[in-house]
Amino acid sequence: MDNSKIGQHISGQFNKELEDVRNKVLTMGGLVEQQIELAVTAFSTGDLEMAELVIKQDNQVDALEMAIDQECMQILALRQPAAFDLRLLITVIKVINELERVGDMAERIAEMAIQLSSADSNKHDQYYELEHMAELVQEMLHGALDVFARMNIEDVTTITGLDANVDREYGSIIRQLITKMMEDPRNITRMLDVLWIARSLERIGDHACNVCEHLVYMVKGEDVRHLTQEELERKMKE
Amino acid sequence: MTAQHVRTHSIDVSSILRDQKQSTEPNEPCIKVENLNLFYAQKQALHGVNMEMPKKKVTAYIGPSGCGKSTLLRCINRMNDLVDNVTIEGKVLLDNENIYDKAVNVAALRRRVGMVFQKPNPFPKSIFENVTYGLRIQGINDKRILEETVENALRGAALWDEVKDRLNDNALGLSGGQQQRLVIARAIAIEPEVLLLDEPASALDPISTLKIEELINELKEKYTIVIVTHNMQQAARVSDYTAFMFMGELIEMGTTSELFTNPRKKQTEDYITGRYG
Repeated sequence: MDNSKIGQHISGQFNKELEDVRNKVLTMGGLVEQQIELAVTAFSTGDLEMAELVIKQDNQVDALEMAIDQECMQILALRQPAAFDLRLLITVIKVINELERVGDMAERIAEMAIQLSSADSNKHDQYYELEHMAELVQEMLHGALDVFARMNIEDVTTITGLDANVDREYGSIIRQLITKMMEDPRNITRMLDVLWIARSLERIGDHACNVCEHLVYMVKGEDVRHLTQEELERKMKE
Repeated sequence: MTAQHVRTHSIDVSSILRDQKQSTEPNEPCIKVENLNLFYAQKQALHGVNMEMPKKKVTAYIGPSGCGKSTLLRCINRMNDLVDNVTIEGKVLLDNENIYDKAVNVAALRRRVGMVFQKPNPFPKSIFENVTYGLRIQGINDKRILEETVENALRGAALWDEVKDRLNDNALGLSGGQQQRLVIARAIAIEPEVLLLDEPASALDPISTLKIEELINELKEKYTIVIVTHNMQQAARVSDYTAFMFMGELIEMGTTSELFTNPRKKQTEDYITGRYG
């Protein structure tokens, strides 16, 4: 399956409309990826300007979501698409919802970065796990968007498989935070902020998995939501 | 909110989920087509068609012009017998009885299998005479029976309210949509088991089309319906099962919801999404 699937309609205008939706989703995906990158960097370097930028840019993510939604609705109403075209549009509507949520997570990380920067300055080495977790979820989201761009679902289980690593990192971060809170209750406020960041990253991983599941539906027409990793792997081999 | 207001029983959703599953369960077949080949002189128009059409469901045939949809439809009441040089091989079973058996009375068969064509074809007679025509040639002339049949058939075809005050007017004075519903009333007046509709709405305006579609939805309570249509959205709206035909072959048949969201064959997908075949 390749993206030439979009461009073979007898109606050239329909081809253009679908291509346009697809490009807009990829743009939105790129923007969201950048938001995470900026937010995480702002957190680890304490760069306040960068954090502010993330917060400011979130409305662009929101605007894209609404614009794409509107476009999909137009196509559904005017073209009455069927089969792959229908699944593509339904999937897009769901995927941009996930991406918008990821955008919100990036905004939250940026907000926490601002709060934390006023509280402590020498955190770079303290949150090494958090940075590793951020790398993991970025890899997942990038992979999911790549699946959408190529419309090839071969790598889906590799991407969703990473979520177990993310959850493991999340668990270990929580244990560390609890330890620090017990060591010195004055840490609690700060540690709670860090907890928010870890939680946001963990959610981004979940959203990336959801995107992958939607994409499997788009390509195969099979609903694979709410399966365990093993069940998903089995389904994908069928 | 106090504790006693909290609902402790969970909301039962199983019936909703069950409904969704049931809708895809097949009914018992009413018409079975087995290895049907049809030749117009040397030219083969149907190639080994096998399919089952469930009882009291709507089955739609879709496919490009010349793919054999109408030919297949006309096999179900032996309309093709009227065409010169036609050779038909294979079986069409109506309630497990092969309608191509020598013993079958074709006139009786066509009473069981009514048909409506693309262009409304009422007789140049009154509305009343149109609906009772089938009964009269069966020798039924009892006025009470005829009147009752007319009302029931016209109600069944959702036309009664529009024509009840002018049953003796000429049927040709009706609008196209009304004429088509009159023809359907004429077909159901003799209480067939099966209704064959060959592009029943393609000559009608959108509102009349919707009325016919609504009517089909009501008629399937009582009849097994097979419809040929060029309009894919129409097939999607009115049918329970859809068969896609191409070059005289049945490419794919399945529940309409499955065929239009996730067809199994690439040819079907290309056709219903409007791609180059």
